[in-house]
Amino acid sequence: MALINKLPIITEKLPGGQIILSSVDFILNWSKESSLWPMSFGLACCAIEMMATGAARYDMDRFGAGVFRASPRQCDLMIVAGTVNEKMSKRLRLLYDQMPEPKYVMAMGSCAISGGPYYYDSYNVVKGVDLIVPVDVHIPGCPPRPEALLFGLMQLQKKIKKESIKNG
Amino acid sequence: MADTDWVLALKNKFSEAVDEVSSGCLVLPGEDIFRAINFLKREYGFDYLMNLAALDYKDRLAVVYNLYSFKLKGKVCLKVFLPRDNPTIESMTGIFAAANWQEREAFDLMGINFTGHPDLRRILLPDDYAGYPLRKDYTKEGFLPMPTV
Repeated sequence: MALINKLPIITEKLPGGQIILSSVDFILNWSKESSLWPMSFGLACCAIEMMATGAARYDMDRFGAGVFRASPRQCDLMIVAGTVNEKMSKRLRLLYDQMPEPKYVMAMGSCAISGGPYYYDSYNVVKGVDLIVPVDVHIPGCPPRPEALLFGLMQLQKKIKKESIKNG
Repeated sequence: MADTDWVLALKNKFSEAVDEVSSGCLVLPGEDIFRAINFLKREYGFDYLMNLAALDYKDRLAVVYNLYSFKLKGKVCLKVFLPRDNPTIESMTGIFAAANWQEREAFDLMGINFTGHPDLRRILLPDDYAGYPLRKDYTKEGFLPMPTV
């Protein structure tokens, strides 16, 4: 008889509680992806869509990512929602550095991806937030609809599921 | 510009004032502008500086003052042309406190020096920013002009 079938018998003998057999990777990744606390990093009009995503109609809390924190030290996810200019880029990098590991970044909207409509003739807009911080998911749109943001969040969760402690 | 009482009075007082037909502004030499605005405020009650803007005409720069009088319900537009190299003009902060930040903005983006300004430093761009980006000849590393189709 395989060990897995004997498990209920073993647990019964232990005082109180039950035992679940799983892999460390699965449990770690599951807990990481199920409670992504985003930082409220609204910089422009994309922030309005981000707020709508967090509100009751789209309800980002269903994915465990609805707890927008005002401090980078309590965050796992930075949703860069809006245009990043050069003055902001230093603050953005500082806030990213203050976030505890593991940390993820989503570039929301054209401006955060590439500078968007400010790509040409612009003297103070950063041409893509990935020049400053590593970006996990890019969400195109100007601004992206809440569905797009939720899709991006699910893509990030898929990405987190593939992580492993073996690779450090 | 329509010859209202105050425009005629300005033209009488400052003989070098000329109309600019295309914009409807009254063009004054730089040394007269402070006295002209002071005159308008004291004598005619132009108590509101609606806008202070800077322009780039490629060969020269300009500063435009839009004033409004709540008493007369009338507007006046004054313009001063400045040379491209070292454009300097007297600050209006002594007359209108609202000129403070608007002059800082003109200094920040167009590089116009306002003498007598209490706190003339950049207002929007970082303090270590090089150049004046709203000038027509501005360029920097990574600056891409809009391609012509």
